[in-house]
This record gives sequence, C-alpha cells and structure tokens, in this order.
Amino acid sequence: MALLYMATSSERSPPPFPEDLEPEPDEVGDQDSDDGEDIFLGADNPLEIKMDHSLPASDIASSTKPLSEASSAPVMDILSEPASEAFSAPMMNLLMEPASETSSAPMVDLLMEPASETSSAPMMNLFMEPASEASSGPMVDLLMDPASDDLKEPPKPDINPLADIINDAPLSEVKTPVAAMTQEPPSDLFDDEPSELFAEPRQSNTAKQQQTSIFDEPDEDLFSEPLGEALKKPQNDVFKEALAPVAKASNVCGPLSDNYNEDPTDIFTEEAITTLPSAVSTVSVNSKTNGVHSDEEEPDIFAEATVELSLDSPRNDRKKKEAAKPSASASAPSVSASASKPQPKTLEELDEEIEDKFELNISITNPEKVGDGMNAYMAYKVSTQTTLPMFRSKTFTVRRRFSDFLGLYEKLSDKHTLNGYIVPPPPEKSIMGMTKVKVGKEDNSSAEFVERRRAALERYLQRVVFHPSLLQDPDVREFLERDDMPRAHNTQALSGAGFLKMINRATDSLSKMTIKMNESDVWFEEKLQEVEAEDQQLRKLHIMVDSLVGHRKELSVNTGGFAKSVAMLGSSEDNTALSRALSQLAEVEDKMEQLHQEQAASDSFCFAELLADYIRLLGSVRASFDQRMKTWQRWQDAQNMLQKKRETEAKLLWANKPDKLQQAKDDITEWEAKVTQYERDFDRVSATVRKEVLRFEKEKARDFKKQIIKYLESLLQSQQQLIKYWEAFLPEAKAIA
Amino acid sequence: MHVVLCQGLDDGPDFLSEEDRGPRAVNVDLQTDATLQVDISDALSERDKVKFTVHTKSTLPNFKQNEFSVVRQHEEFIWLHDSFVENEEYAGYIIPPAPPRPDFDASREKLQKLGEGEGSMTKEEFTKMKQELEAEYLAIFKKTVAMHEVFLCRVAAHPVLRKDLNFHVFLEYNQDLSVRGKNKREKMEDFFKNVVKSADGVLVAGVKDVDDFFEHEKTFLLEYHNRVKDASAKSDRMIRSHKSAADDINRIASTLYTLGTQDSTDVCKFFLKVSELFEKTRKIEARVAADEDLKLADLLKYYLRESQAAKDLLYRRGRALVDYENANKALDRARAKNKDVLQAETSQQVCCQKFEKISESAKQELIDFKTRRVAAFRKNLVELAELELKHAKGNLQLLQSCLGVLKGDT
Repeated sequence: MALLYMATSSERSPPPFPEDLEPEPDEVGDQDSDDGEDIFLGADNPLEIKMDHSLPASDIASSTKPLSEASSAPVMDILSEPASEAFSAPMMNLLMEPASETSSAPMVDLLMEPASETSSAPMMNLFMEPASEASSGPMVDLLMDPASDDLKEPPKPDINPLADIINDAPLSEVKTPVAAMTQEPPSDLFDDEPSELFAEPRQSNTAKQQQTSIFDEPDEDLFSEPLGEALKKPQNDVFKEALAPVAKASNVCGPLSDNYNEDPTDIFTEEAITTLPSAVSTVSVNSKTNGVHSDEEEPDIFAEATVELSLDSPRNDRKKKEAAKPSASASAPSVSASASKPQPKTLEELDEEIEDKFELNISITNPEKVGDGMNAYMAYKVSTQTTLPMFRSKTFTVRRRFSDFLGLYEKLSDKHTLNGYIVPPPPEKSIMGMTKVKVGKEDNSSAEFVERRRAALERYLQRVVFHPSLLQDPDVREFLERDDMPRAHNTQALSGAGFLKMINRATDSLSKMTIKMNESDVWFEEKLQEVEAEDQQLRKLHIMVDSLVGHRKELSVNTGGFAKSVAMLGSSEDNTALSRALSQLAEVEDKMEQLHQEQAASDSFCFAELLADYIRLLGSVRASFDQRMKTWQRWQDAQNMLQKKRETEAKLLWANKPDKLQQAKDDITEWEAKVTQYERDFDRVSATVRKEVLRFEKEKARDFKKQIIKYLESLLQSQQQLIKYWEAFLPEAKAIA
Repeated sequence: MHVVLCQGLDDGPDFLSEEDRGPRAVNVDLQTDATLQVDISDALSERDKVKFTVHTKSTLPNFKQNEFSVVRQHEEFIWLHDSFVENEEYAGYIIPPAPPRPDFDASREKLQKLGEGEGSMTKEEFTKMKQELEAEYLAIFKKTVAMHEVFLCRVAAHPVLRKDLNFHVFLEYNQDLSVRGKNKREKMEDFFKNVVKSADGVLVAGVKDVDDFFEHEKTFLLEYHNRVKDASAKSDRMIRSHKSAADDINRIASTLYTLGTQDSTDVCKFFLKVSELFEKTRKIEARVAADEDLKLADLLKYYLRESQAAKDLLYRRGRALVDYENANKALDRARAKNKDVLQAETSQQVCCQKFEKISESAKQELIDFKTRRVAAFRKNLVELAELELKHAKGNLQLLQSCLGVLKGDT
C-alpha cells in the first residue's frame, strides 16, 4: 500500500489539497454516476491523503465531525468554520465541504469560494483533480451518506458501497487496460460541469466510486511507469492490496451512517468525547465510531460495529431496518475480498452472476385519477419486490405521478449522460391523451391511453433498475422507496424526453457542423452509423405498425358493422336454414370483431410500443455518442491551447522576458495537466460508451426477441380462435338446404 | 397496362385460391344443359375497354355451327340486357342483372401514383408494390370477366331467354354489333324514366295485392334488397380494411428485412426470420381478404342486383295489376255510361291477360329465384368457411413453426 501511495503521490503533487477540495464534491458526484471506470480515476487520491497525513483515523474522525455539524447545524456555521480550517489542515477542508454539500445547503456559495481560491493558485488545475479524487475517498462518502440519511433513508447508503464494490470491481478490471493507457486520472470532466447543475442527491454515490477507484488507481500508477502495459498479474496484486482499504471504507460507511441516524444521546457519545474532546456530542458519536473502524482494518472489527448498532437499535425506531443493513455491509467486504483475489475473468463472471441473481421486480399498477378538471393527474402505484439488501424492506409501494417519472429521468440524465451513460428515457408527455383523461371521458381511447402509459412507465422503470449503475443511484432508490416525494419541477411545460430531444437535436446539428472528429476508433464510427440507420428503420417500422394498428381497428369496426348487417339480412331471409346460417355468420363476424380488436391491441402493446421505446432509447444512445464527441472536442481544444501556451513561452524566451516566463511556464504545466486529464476523460467516456452500447445491444436483442415472440404468440392465438369459430360455422353453412 | 389472359381465366397467376377457379364461383348453380353452353374463354384489357371472347357450344339448330367464339365488349352486354328489359314479352321474368362496368380506374390511379413515387422508394419496395398492384388489377379484371360470364350463363340457362334472337345474334354474329353507348339525351331519358318508375313504384307498392304470395314477396324483397345492399357495402368496407392490414404487414416485413440485413448479429437473423414469416402471413391475409371478397362480397353484390331485378319484376306485375284495375274501373264506367264499352272491354281483357301472364311466370320466377339464392348462399358460405379454415390453419402452422425456430434459437 505504502509503495503505491508513494508512487501516486510523487506523480501527482498533492500539496494544494485545500483548494481542490471544494470542487471535488461536484466531481465526486459526477464520478459516482459512472461505472467502474470513473472509480479508477478517483482511487489514487484517498490513498494519497492518508499517506501524507499519516493519521488516517484522526482524519476520518475530524472529517466526520464537520459532517455531522453540517447536517445538524445551520449551513452558515459550516461554511465559516471549515473555511478557516481549510488553510491550516487540508484534510479538514475536504471534509467540511462535502459535508456542507450533503446538507443540501447553499452549495453554490461553497463552490464559489473555492473557485476563487483555486484561481489564485497557478497549480490549481493540477491539484484540482487529485484533490477532488482524494476527497471522494472514504471520508467523503461517510459524510455524504449521513446527509442522505437526513432524508429519512439511512439504510440505503450503507448498502450501496458493498453492492458497488461487487459490481464495480469486475467492471473496473475489465476496463483497466483502458485506464492504464491513460496515464492520468480524468477528473477534469468535472471541472467543466457546473456544480450548480447537480442537486444534492449524488453524494451517496461517491462512496461507491472511491472504493472502486481504489482498484483502479493502483493499476494506473503501477503501469504508468512501465509504459502502461496492462499485465494481469500485477493487477491482481494491486487488487489484493487495494481491497483492504476498500473494505475498510465500506465498513466505515455503514456504521457511520447508522450511528448518524441514532439519537445523539447514545452510549457512544461518551466514547466519542473521549476520543475527540473538542467535538460536540452529536458529532462525537459519529466520529467515534468512524475512528474505531478506520483504525482497525480487519473485517472483524466491523462485526463489532454491527453489534454496537444492534445494541442501539432497541431505542431507535429505525434500528430494525438498519440492523439488517449493517450486517449486510459487514459481509460485503468479505465478498469483495474474495472476489478480488481471483483473476479478472472470475470477477467478471461474478459480476454476471450477480446480475442474474439480481432480484428486483417492479410493477406499476392501479392508475388512478387524482383531482378534477385540468389540475387532475394520474397517480400510479409503484410496487417493488426485491431481495436486494440495499432496500429497506422486501416489498414496498409508493404512489407516483407521471411528472415524478420525468423528474427521475431528468435527475438521472443530468448526472449520468455526461459520462457517456445511456439513460433510459421515459415515455413522452401526451397533452392530447392526458387532456382526454382529464376531461374525464370514460371512453375506450382514454382507458387505452392510461394503460399504454402505465405499461410504458413500467418498462421505463424496469430498464432503469436493470442498469447496474443506475440502480445504485440514490435518486432511484428514493423514487422507489420514499413516501413523500418532492414534486418534480420543470416537467410541467415540456416532457423531459421531448425537451431533451429538442436540445439534443439542436446540439446534434450544431456539433455535426462544428466538430469534425477524425475518428481514431473505427468501432465508434461504425456503431454510430449503425445506430443512425437503425433509428431510421425503426421509425419507419413504427409508422407501419401504427398504420397496421389503425387498419386493424378499422377492420374490427367494419367487421362489427358487417356482422350487424348480416344479422339483419338473416332476419329478413325467408328460408329458415339460410336465415339461421346467416345469423350464425353474424355471430362469427361478431367474434371476429373482438378478435381483430384484441389483435390490434397486441399489435400496439407488444409491437408498436416496443418500437417506440427503442426509438427513444436510440436517442439516448446517440446522446452518449455525442457526449463522447464533446469530450473529445474538449481534449482537442485543450491541446490547441497548450500549443499556444508553448508558443508564447518560446516567444518570451526569445524576447528574453524572464518576468513573464514563469507565468508562461505555469500556464504550460496547467494546460499539460488539463490535456492529460481531458484525454483521460475522453478515454474513460469512450470506454463507458462502448460498454454501454454493448450492454444496450444485449438488452435490445433480449427485449426484441421476448416481445416479438410474445407478439407472434398473440397472433397464433388469434388464428387458433379463428379456426374454432369457422369450424363451428361450417356445419351451419352445410345445413342450408 | 395490357393484361392478357391467354389461356382463359383458369390459368391466371395463383392468387385466387384454387377452389374459385371457375368464374361461376360467384353465384349460382345454374341448371345448364348440354344444348347451350356459354363461357368467356378469354379476355383482353385494352386502354379503356375490355374485350371478352365469348365461347359457345350448342346443339341447338338455330346455330350454324356447334362451337364458335366471338369477341364482345361490355357495351354489347348492356345492349343485350336492355333488349330483354324492353321486350314486353319478358315482363314476367326476372331479367338477369347486367354485369357492372369494368372499373380499373382506382387500380390505374394507384399504378400511376406508384410511378410518381418511384424515386422515393427502394428498388425492392417498388418491385413489390408493382407486383401487388398488378395482382390487384388482375383480380379486378378476373372479377369483371366473371360477372360478364355469369350474365351470359344465366341467360343461357333461362328457359325463355335462351331462345331470344338477340341473344343468338350476340353469341354468333362475328362482327361488331355496332352498339354504341347511350348518348346524353338517351341518358337523360333513362334518368327520367327511372324517376317516374320509382315514383310509380312507390305508388304501385302501396297497392294491396290480392295475392298473398305476391304480397309476401313484395314486402320480403323490399326489405331484403335494402339489407343486402347494406351488407354488401359493409362487406366491402370490411374487406378493404383487411386488405390494408395485409398491405401493412407486407411493408412491415420488408422493413424488418432491411433491419435484418444491416449486419449479421443475432438479432438481425431474428429480424430476418420474422420478416420471412410476415412475408408469408401477409400473403395469407391478402388471400383471406381476396376470398372474402369473392365468396362474400361478390355474392352479396350479385344478389343486390338480382334482387333489384326481382323487384323490377314485381313492379311490372304491380303496374300491370294497377292497369288491370284501372281498366276494370274504366269498363265499369263505360258500361254505366254505355259508351265505348267494347273498347273498354278489349283493353280490360288485354290488361287482364297481361297481368295474368306476368303473374303466372312471375310466381315461378320468384320461386326459382329463392331456390337459386339458397343454393348460391350455401355454396359460397361453405366455400368461405372452408377457405377461412384453410388460411387460418396455414397461418397457424407458419406461426407455430416460426415460433419453434425462434424459441429454439433463444
């Protein structure tokens, strides 16, 4: 461990942490959303921090302190105190800021200040990345989780780390080669993204990232020197080493959050006080436990921690739920440890296995109209059934309205699209359909509309939770679990998907005009073409299937009309047998009407909806390609900038102006760092996009097969019915005499 | 557009099911006998007219030969029909309804549109569409031919009409009959005649018939005609939407094919298989629609015209009855005034004879009509049910085997 850290630290100058710390929260948030790749980037830092300070336990404790304060005390305090401390103790700063963020207090302010600081220091940029990564380490996570706990959902964060470790580890390994190639961690991405964009909820993810990042960084560091060759053996070793810290981190997280939930007057307070006399009682509780865990690296200790929790639990209302989670977290480290030991292949397998086991059933039922007139809306019952330990219970239901679904998408999309993820889009808003429902016409079409939307929402949600990374997002869990969901905003006027599409289209055409990307990777070029061609074909197909639905409905109506006519004809026919046969024919036609109608419904629900889903999803796929392109563009811009800076330096040298020379050199270092970082970002986003596209294609193949087979089965049933009807009719026709 | 059915209808491309090869499928069980057999052996579609080759086989002494063919156009069929209608001798018979005018306009229009849209679609799509339209055109063509043939067969099977001189000329005279279409004035006259006739028809229909049989037939035919008209329209609509649905499936199949040929992944193979399936099922769907058209819609359409012809017979009889009653009244008045009694008596007798003659043959005609109708419905409904079953079973088999393959793959 030590060696690794040293290496990393030497590569990256860690001194300016204080400034960096502030930006990091944002970055962390972003990274969290990413898969294992991101994790790799961030991993270096936590280790580094520990090395420098050589007081991991105390650091953690201190960090926890600010955190707890942040949550409990007003935001103002947090800001003032940490700020002063920041300069003296780098660690403190890191902790403080994340804490304030978690509290969902004025994030912007915090960010603003740090920003100014960073600007003053020339090295800033370089440091920004490592620092931020460092902060994203276990400490941040701890802080983050508690914050989220405030929102009434303590258990989730705890479990996340564990699950993440398991999921991410394999992923990270898979990607390692890529990461290794890129010599520096791409934390730059985060700089670009305005921190304001992201609301509070991302923080819990950070925990996950850090852990995974631990895995990554070792690889990179080790290999960066030997020309970044990804040798499997070294990697494994690295993992083993890395595991310990990871486990630690995860354990720490769990207990910490748990404690946090408990009342401040716990038994632990006293102990805490002993460790940190200066700390406030509430703070001390958290800090104490943290300290204990961090000091001891062994998993056994965690077991103790869980025991403590269980003791506490009798007092707390929530303790029961929590109790289950700590234990889960305790076991998780061991799982991750075992997983990490074997070769990467086995890790992948493990990952797959987990995906298979992955038990989470979501159903949306009982659409219900709430309210009257134009303010009316449909509320849906979202039921979750799961064996995943990250949820509070095995089954739970919440009520959500359509805009909540859009809100969820917006949150997810904000966080994850930037990193190249394919975020499943929700169904689009339909003013026509909804207005009908609002007006309260209880006719067929509005019932069909509601059912169609219900099914679309269900599929949307299933796609979200089926995505291993999105499932980890706290917003998803909040959406599934939280009873009183805050009303989603900004979805009123425009549907999220529609809005996004508009922006996408605008940026699409813009970037296509401005960005001429000389594609280094043929795979992406081909895939993008494929996606575009497929999009076109699917749209065409969708139109046709819609037209089939229309014609089939028309056929149903016309068959009904014909049935009536034949019945009338039969009644006026004066040959008895013929009259009887005609009325039988009318009955057959009546049934056919029903059959055609059912078939139209399954045309629409099995086939057309599937196509509509995938047309929307392909939009998201394209967005992730666009994102990659943007990242590339930024990297190119930075390279150009660096080139300019070098030219300036050369000019200055030539002009013999030593006073400005230093500034120029600083600039160059700054931009060199940026270039490397941006390049890394690009590689990371590329890897994510590639992985996501492959995943998407797998899902698509599965979905299409499943749905089309279902559709064909519905056709088959229709035909069977048809045979039955005509077979019954045939003797009637023969009986005419 | 030039479609030739060289070997006659029976060897046309296989898009109507085998069972309905014979043009007689449309209607009826006519008691043909060997003494006079008429069919349309060939037909030629030119720009705006269809030339039918009418083939006759006969042992009747009126004809110079036992077997001969002539070329006739639609207008000549109409001429023949009108000559029957106008012949007072035949007032007591149901005049076989004239065949409908060949109408290729819709089909032609579509083909023209296709030509315009040629640039906007792929070659495969274009070829496919063209084939479809040609098939559609051919179907209309065949139906037209069948309708004309049915008319001739009905006449040939009629005990009285088969002896008509005009009919024999129509069959035998191997030159153009130089019938011309009606000009504007004649059409106007026809129109007024029709208006008068229908106004008169209402009047006549209001008269209570002394004969229960005719009274019953009158109410029956009035209602039946309206309902068969409705059913015919509805069946057309039903079949039209069925055809549209089949077209949609066709287009879906070709788009799936395009999707499937984009690369060679697993899904693409899947798409190709589904495309293949849809390609087959849509053919079946199209045939279902075509068979419904032939067995159901055409039957109803035929009986729409036939019931109109029967109604016309009843009108003629009703008219004769009214005339007869008026003549009676005139005779009474003449006798009361003792003036022109003889003249009145003569006219009364003429009317009486006419009425009785019509009544006599009309009764038999209406009974025959019913027999024919029941037989035709039976035949067509049985065939319809059998075809529906056949297609549904074929469809089912396709789906089953395709699902088996698809499920085996996944």
